[in-house]
Amino acid sequence: MSTLEVSPAGSLPDQTSHSAINDFSIQVATVNGSGSQTANTVLMRAIFQMGVPVSGKNMFPSNIAGLPTWFTIRVSKKGYIGRRKEINFLVAMNPETAQEDVMKLESGAAVVYDEPLKLNQLRDDLAFFPVPFDKLVAPVCPDAKLRKLVRNMIYDGIVAYLLHIEMEEIHKALFKQFGKKKAKAAELNWGAAQAGYDYAAKTFPHTIPWKIERMNETAGKIIIDGNAACALGCMFAGVTVVTWYPITPSSSLVETLIGYMRRFRLDPETGKATYAIVQAEDELASIGMALGAGWAGARSMTATAGPGISLMSEFIGLGYYAEIPTVVFDVERVGPSTGLPTRTAQSDILSTALLSHGDTHHPLLFPCSPRECFSMTIEAFEFAEKFQTPVFVMTDLDLGMNNWTSEAFDYPEAPIARGKVLNAEDLERLGGFARYKDIDGDGVGYRTLPGTNHPNAAYFTRGSGHNDKAQYTEREDDYVNNMDRLAHKFEVMRQHVPTPVVEIADQAKIGYIVVGTSDYAVRESVDQLRDEYGIPASYMRLKAYPFTSHLLDYIRHHDRVYVVDQNRDGQLLGLMRLELDADLIAKLRSVRYYGGLPLDARTVTDEVLKQEGK
Amino acid sequence: MSTTAAPPPKKVNHIGLEVLNYKGSKTTLCAGCGHNSVSERIVECFYELGIQPWSVAKFSGIGCSSKSPAYFLGLSHGFNGVHGRMPAIATGALLANHTLMGVGVTGDGDTASIGIGQFMHLVRRNMPLIYIIENNGVYGLTKGQFSATADLGSTLKTGTVNDLPPFDCCSLALKWGATFVARSFSGDKKQLQAILKTAIAHNGLSVIDVVSPCVTFNDHAGSTKSYSYMKEHESILHDLDFVPHFQEISVEIPEGEVMEVEMHDGSHLRIRKLERTYDPTNRIAAEAVLEEAEAKGEVLTGVLYVNPSKPTFVEQLNLVDVPLSTQPEAKTRPSREVLNQVMEELR
Repeated sequence: MSTLEVSPAGSLPDQTSHSAINDFSIQVATVNGSGSQTANTVLMRAIFQMGVPVSGKNMFPSNIAGLPTWFTIRVSKKGYIGRRKEINFLVAMNPETAQEDVMKLESGAAVVYDEPLKLNQLRDDLAFFPVPFDKLVAPVCPDAKLRKLVRNMIYDGIVAYLLHIEMEEIHKALFKQFGKKKAKAAELNWGAAQAGYDYAAKTFPHTIPWKIERMNETAGKIIIDGNAACALGCMFAGVTVVTWYPITPSSSLVETLIGYMRRFRLDPETGKATYAIVQAEDELASIGMALGAGWAGARSMTATAGPGISLMSEFIGLGYYAEIPTVVFDVERVGPSTGLPTRTAQSDILSTALLSHGDTHHPLLFPCSPRECFSMTIEAFEFAEKFQTPVFVMTDLDLGMNNWTSEAFDYPEAPIARGKVLNAEDLERLGGFARYKDIDGDGVGYRTLPGTNHPNAAYFTRGSGHNDKAQYTEREDDYVNNMDRLAHKFEVMRQHVPTPVVEIADQAKIGYIVVGTSDYAVRESVDQLRDEYGIPASYMRLKAYPFTSHLLDYIRHHDRVYVVDQNRDGQLLGLMRLELDADLIAKLRSVRYYGGLPLDARTVTDEVLKQEGK
Repeated sequence: MSTTAAPPPKKVNHIGLEVLNYKGSKTTLCAGCGHNSVSERIVECFYELGIQPWSVAKFSGIGCSSKSPAYFLGLSHGFNGVHGRMPAIATGALLANHTLMGVGVTGDGDTASIGIGQFMHLVRRNMPLIYIIENNGVYGLTKGQFSATADLGSTLKTGTVNDLPPFDCCSLALKWGATFVARSFSGDKKQLQAILKTAIAHNGLSVIDVVSPCVTFNDHAGSTKSYSYMKEHESILHDLDFVPHFQEISVEIPEGEVMEVEMHDGSHLRIRKLERTYDPTNRIAAEAVLEEAEAKGEVLTGVLYVNPSKPTFVEQLNLVDVPLSTQPEAKTRPSREVLNQVMEELR
């Protein structure tokens, strides 16, 4: 006799409905520190291995163990991978949040839950699947101490059965996750997954419409988070000095980099390191070291988040003014202050673009995917040395810490270019040089590296006033000339930053402008506006600041342009206001989301409809 | 036909450079400033030891002291950074090129107030760098406020009394594990030379606290960092002589009178006993003499501690021999096969 309690059939989606296959969202609610991340990753990977486009987003607390965590897996045959608000399938493992999680569901959703929670008493319009987790875990995990960790793998088996995920793929994903070194732990977990599957097969008939069916959309693809992709970008960009201070959500960028560098960047002949990685005492030190290293000729970088960016502010002004290359990763999170350190936002756009005192502008790059994290990281290092200035790679927690399906990365074909650096032979030929003289008209002077074996190599770097020859000066004309050259250099950068993605829709009167991870939700919103409301909307994704002329053309082309910001104050819009003429600014509208979750399409669509008066 | 006398041969050091090659631009500090004497000693020491100027990098923070790298070693790259953060810049630069010889000049405000954290961590890492604290107990460039090394009860020119105890940078550096700790006085040419030369020979961080009076803001009665105060209160630990590695030791010295410490590069620090026998390789003894001197109201100068064998940060990082800054692409960009391998692992 089944314990399944099914709500009136009419409230469930039609089982034969096309939309129920490979198009739904699963949410797993657990407590952090319970080993659920492994179970969730295995589930996501198994779906990926079945060739179905899938994305996973981890909503986790700033805590080590015991607080609520939600993992949502979105399956989308059309390839939408933005967060979806509506949950179709809930796995409720956390007694603390279970009631609220269930009450939030839309009618007709399915709930797998721990039997003692008695969630089926809450509503009668959902499909409930009670599972006695403790009873099932005991026989497969004799060691009571491990049961807490293994228990979650049972729901992988339950979900696999209910959603038709092939158990061979769960097995493959699980053993990949644990690796060869932890085969014993993998076996234990596999036993739990099987126990879940067997229980479900024995207990639950197939009554729900959602189903995974094999596709061929993920062949050759990889699963990776944005931080790891940036780390790989650093390694293949030839980074040599890495300095950092731990801060969520950027820590894993450098931690992953350390792992790769140890494997692939020791000199094969000597076993010695072709890099230095320093965990600094704070962000003041990490950026100082990165600048010192960049000055002395290393490819240097540091990674941080909002609070670290604030601490680096003074040094970044020096980097700008003394013209020192380095790359800073800002994996943005919710602020101000500590804010919500484990929630995502695009919170530092305006402050980073103008970071520091005095007149400063910094180039920012905005990757939106792991693939861009990799390629734009390499571009950032090239750009920093070409223009002799700190460059910021702006990602966010959603991109940095969540697992994404991605095309494999392309090997960088262009050789490493170190910018305008004079060596001893050049100095011998030229007789000398003036560090800050604009010889080529691009605002970028020639530099030498300390240690260059030539008596004329030296110059003196300072954050105080300096002339073309890097000599101390407080003269009005010297200061103005220098600042004007720096402004000119920034204008030249406009011609060299990555250009935006632009998709002009036929007949469109409105358009979007986004950066970074707003891409997914806003592309989906473009489709929603067209398919559901018959409104054509264009799309532009900026990849960099300074903005290029494409931005002006795009705004001119439309009546109203919606600038999407994942922050309260419309920072991207604010940056545009600083640069654009009034007639263009008048066309700009603002769509803002700042609740800490990855942006979803419906939120964007609803806001635009509201502003459009629809 | 006229004859002109051949010009007298220019005096050069053992790498063929004149002392002029070690000078910097004209100082803009006050006449009589102790910092100028320190700059002069740096010029002499690097000249006499035949260090190639373009293999040296100079670092400083902000303040009067930190301006001084412009006034010595004009053929060396220099970096005048931000207040209190010279250690970070120096660390990054010296990791980028570990073959550089680093000279850092800082002040008591730069090190003991705003920069105390970076100073501590520089010591902790034993980063190879000559770290000179030009210590005058006062902020000069902002016109005469107390710094964290000002002694309890000392007064400003305005009569304001300092009511907080000082940090003793030598004592702190010892506690934090420094491998070379010395104190000197800008007015003691011979001692400061010997200490600087030993620091040049030292493989690791050298912390040199130089009492360097500020003639404008802290040279009055009531100051404990004035020329006259030092004349009355300096207690010299020992007589120092530095014998560079390229110089034969020719004079036999009677046993018991002199102790020799062999430095990393084969140079020797020769220590002649004065009033007491003192072994600068004994860290506990160093802490003891400092405390003793403090209790007696003396300013103890000399080499307080030297440990030539502790591994440096560069050694711990196991860096390749060629500087990271000039590593070729073949060494810094892994192959296509490596990327393929990583991609396969992520599938």
